[in-house]
Amino acid sequence: MANATTTLEAIDLNSPAARPPRASVIYEWLTTVDHKKIGLMYIVYALLFLVVAGAQALVMRIQLAVPNNHFVSPQVFNRLFTMHGTTMIFFVAVPVLFGFGNYLIPLMIGARDMAFPRLNAFSFWLSAFGGFLLYLSYIAGNGLYGAGSAPDVGWFAYAPLTAKVFSPGHSTDYWTLSVLLSGIGTTGTAINIVATAFCMRCKGMTLTRMPLFVWLYLVASCMVFVVVSPLSAAQIMLCLDRYLGSHFFDTQAGGSAVLWMHFFWIFGHPEVYILILPTFAFMNEIIPVFSRKAIFGYPAMVAASVGIGFVSLSVWAHHMFTVGMGPAGNTFFVFATMVVSVPTGIKMFNWLATIWGGKVIYQVPMMFAVGFLFQFLMAGLTGIMLSAAPFDWQLSASYFVVAHFHYVIVGGILFSLFAAFYYWYPKMTGRMMSERLGKWHFWLFIIGFHITFDFMHIPGLLGMPRRVYTYEAGRGWEVWNLIVGIGAIIQTIATLIFVYNLIYSYFRGKIAGPDPWDAWTLEWATASPPQPYNFAVEPTITSRRPLWDLKHPEDPDSSYE
Amino acid sequence: MNYFQLKTRLTVQIPANLLTAALKGFLVLSAQALLAGSPTNIFDPAATPARSIFGLSMLVLSVTLAIFLIVGGLLLYALIRFRHRSSDSGHEPAQIYGSNQIELSWTVIPILIVVMLFLSTTRVIWQTEAAPKPASAVDVTVIGHQFWWEYRYPKLGVVTANELHIPISNPQKPSPAFLEMSSADVAHSFWIPRLAGKTDLIPNRVNTMWIDPPVAGLYLGQCAQYCGTQHAKMLLRVYAESPENFTAWVKQQQQPANSDLSGNPLAEEGRAIFLRNACTSCHTVSGTSATGRFGPDLTHLASRDTIASGPIENTPQNLRKWIDDPNIMKPGSLMPSMHLNDHDLDAITAYLAMLH
Amino acid sequence: MQPSVAVPISVDPEKSWVLPNRGIVGMWCLITAEAAIFLIFIVAYVYYLGKNLSGPTPSEVLELPIFGTICLLSSSLTVHAAVVALRKGNVRRCALALALTVALGAIFLLTTAKEWHHLIYEAGLTIRTNLFGTTYYSLVGLHATHVIVGLLLLTAALLFSLSGRVTEEHAERLEVLSLYWHFVDAVWVIVFLVVYVIGR
Repeated sequence: MANATTTLEAIDLNSPAARPPRASVIYEWLTTVDHKKIGLMYIVYALLFLVVAGAQALVMRIQLAVPNNHFVSPQVFNRLFTMHGTTMIFFVAVPVLFGFGNYLIPLMIGARDMAFPRLNAFSFWLSAFGGFLLYLSYIAGNGLYGAGSAPDVGWFAYAPLTAKVFSPGHSTDYWTLSVLLSGIGTTGTAINIVATAFCMRCKGMTLTRMPLFVWLYLVASCMVFVVVSPLSAAQIMLCLDRYLGSHFFDTQAGGSAVLWMHFFWIFGHPEVYILILPTFAFMNEIIPVFSRKAIFGYPAMVAASVGIGFVSLSVWAHHMFTVGMGPAGNTFFVFATMVVSVPTGIKMFNWLATIWGGKVIYQVPMMFAVGFLFQFLMAGLTGIMLSAAPFDWQLSASYFVVAHFHYVIVGGILFSLFAAFYYWYPKMTGRMMSERLGKWHFWLFIIGFHITFDFMHIPGLLGMPRRVYTYEAGRGWEVWNLIVGIGAIIQTIATLIFVYNLIYSYFRGKIAGPDPWDAWTLEWATASPPQPYNFAVEPTITSRRPLWDLKHPEDPDSSYE
Repeated sequence: MNYFQLKTRLTVQIPANLLTAALKGFLVLSAQALLAGSPTNIFDPAATPARSIFGLSMLVLSVTLAIFLIVGGLLLYALIRFRHRSSDSGHEPAQIYGSNQIELSWTVIPILIVVMLFLSTTRVIWQTEAAPKPASAVDVTVIGHQFWWEYRYPKLGVVTANELHIPISNPQKPSPAFLEMSSADVAHSFWIPRLAGKTDLIPNRVNTMWIDPPVAGLYLGQCAQYCGTQHAKMLLRVYAESPENFTAWVKQQQQPANSDLSGNPLAEEGRAIFLRNACTSCHTVSGTSATGRFGPDLTHLASRDTIASGPIENTPQNLRKWIDDPNIMKPGSLMPSMHLNDHDLDAITAYLAMLH
Repeated sequence: MQPSVAVPISVDPEKSWVLPNRGIVGMWCLITAEAAIFLIFIVAYVYYLGKNLSGPTPSEVLELPIFGTICLLSSSLTVHAAVVALRKGNVRRCALALALTVALGAIFLLTTAKEWHHLIYEAGLTIRTNLFGTTYYSLVGLHATHVIVGLLLLTAALLFSLSGRVTEEHAERLEVLSLYWHFVDAVWVIVFLVVYVIGR
């Protein structure tokens, strides 16, 4: 045919069939390879661990509310901060972000599933087992005949504190093995995402027409290959040290403690960029829709994301400015760290330009997005402060750093996640979340967040180191620690409201329909929730915003790209 | 100077300089006001390294504050000015996909800021880390342990623990203390905020740092790298003293342990109990048969203000409680309880209290 | 949102929409990740060269494993031949080439085992002897583990082809497997250079 017409037709809008029996439902979820179900399992799994790790944080803040407190013993406190950090990074942030990716990427590129569905399921169950293993340490940490004890070496487990002689028993091994397994699962999911993005796009979706969401997950997944492996390698080395008597990090035999630090941070720093890139992905979809404007500077956004991916691989030793690398080493890492702020700043400006001239609608997803924008700006600026090595010689390993990274992770990543929840929950469940409860959640959480994390910078400036189970009176830290604790309680209440909203809306939320936000990417061209096969007919697209073209046939994006 | 240069100076350079100076001044004043009264305030420098860092930090803070005000201000403006109003026509706003000039400018300006910050930072790095050691420097070897600090003065023949004494340094004729640092077990970090940035103590590695407080006094800090159960109570106390006081202290520390216990039979008994118990396998008391190196040197224990590396005041009652069971006052401490009876405890305490 | 909208878009019917093969892309991703692991072990090996406090040194106990290396590198040629044969539909020749690959790989493993036996029982070098022992056994051992995994997969492919289950349409899958095997061989080239040539 000379003039082929292409359509996005045959979208099945019927609601799902009647409820099947319970046992077969459980079996279905346990054996599914459907990316949507796996995505949901990742998300629910992460939410459970979010609650657990949040409770750990609350206990720590109570212990630190007054000096020389006896709420928990030092041993319990040291396990708390180790478990809190390890859980939040590996069993909350990674699963929830890859869960959203799993769910949405095939939908956004017009595919029926990920490239390797069985690998997808395997990766999930492996990661899930890792989380189970970490918490098994509470019972089994000292082996068959000892009592349980969770790891207490800190989430970055510096050598030689992790050597058998300084950490007897098996608690450290639970840390090592659970994180190792979760890393393998993450690598599997990353392979899936890259193969899906390169090999499963619908007709007409060239790489330059791919949603920025998918681009950012693509870059993050490529980073995973290069970055999770060093941690896995280091953990294998640690296991060999602890059980076969090798000397990788055995300083008594000439081994190097600094080598572990290098290997860990070669993973650890890019890891947080792996966490922030999906966060940017959410913002790249939500901010344009709620500003009613296309994203400003799509090519620059792609370039900046790829640039961040590359440069972030070279900044790791800014975590090691105090280790004595010498002025030349320190200078290099100052330079690399400051350079990475340039593409990151470009992204901020592009979001600002997207909002500029738009018509901003303040529904709950956008409210969280606005919180993200201000908070990520601040977090980035405290990051610049830390990148100036001499300043870091004061601030490193103090509460200033703790405040900085929580500002990024809670103020940035978590806020963006909340926005993503409110935005895509209708797609995943067919119902809207309660806007009223959402506003309560937002305002309580942002107030609690700022009370805790704004003021947390101050004890750091006053010399309070991190990972201390108590502190001396008379150093000026008391009042700030108390304020921080109050904010933590407020955030807990807000989070409980959020969890309640998730459950309540599932049963009583307004029916959403396929496109409640009047958005422009392909996932909104399916039913809510989508049919198992996603699209009855594989779509053909001709621009970056296929639904905009459909809704505005007189002025399609394809005439501008 | 031509018209264009004059115009630029009046409209851009002078206001920019004024703004930066104002921001800097505001920051310095508010930092000092907000944080006054703390003995570990990084914005209250008392030695050259801390002072260089303070200067750099004020520059960095003013630049980041300016960025925050500008970008945050623009963001706030956009969020208010461009919000959807119910009176709107219902049309979508003009779709703008990008602009090369705008995107170029907001790439170039951040690069320039980065270059400026990088150069200022580099200068302070080299100033501090590559500083030459003057001949009159005091050499101290610092060795970190779980959960105490060992100090050795190799040229003076002094070994002590937990309380570091250094002479003050006259800016005209500097006599800084140069610290060579390592660890006997795991990684620690030496942080006295008012004197310098922190430097890590890492086993199988030697790091160096220097401090030169010109004003005598007691400077506080604590271990800043998680090292195990009692990381939180591995406190630091640095006594900067006048040259005379320092010399007197050194002289006293160079003496062997006080062996004149006449007039205190309990202390004499305490010495005997001390020397025949396992105390000697961990502790050194010079001039006796106690030569253990695992725990702190006790030769001049009574000359210290605190015990257990800072958190406990050095009084006979506290000392007795500590020896009875260290894990009550510092749970997780590596010193075991010796399970001594009351009388032996009294005797040993009396002995140790005489070790000036 | 209307259920069905037809938008006239002129799409060139001759232009085909071809995307890369997902098996190849996936395998390259896996290779990248594995290469990163090996790189870390190599970095550790190089970093610790000359830092032993005691015990045997590389030049004292290591000999060039020429025969094993030739076997392993030849197996790359045979596995390539297997893929080429299967592409042409010649399952018999493919099975033969696979069998040769497995055999050559197994010989390589045997030479490594022999070398380790000599090192442990005659030279007194174990993983806990010194830094060289630590980094040597872990690096070569990691590589050997990957060889074993590869041999298991190749044997499975061999058995399938012998039992008549493999046809021409599986050629691309065999190519994905061969890519892994080529990677394993490439890693050996680097390990050989670092451990036996430069490090000695």
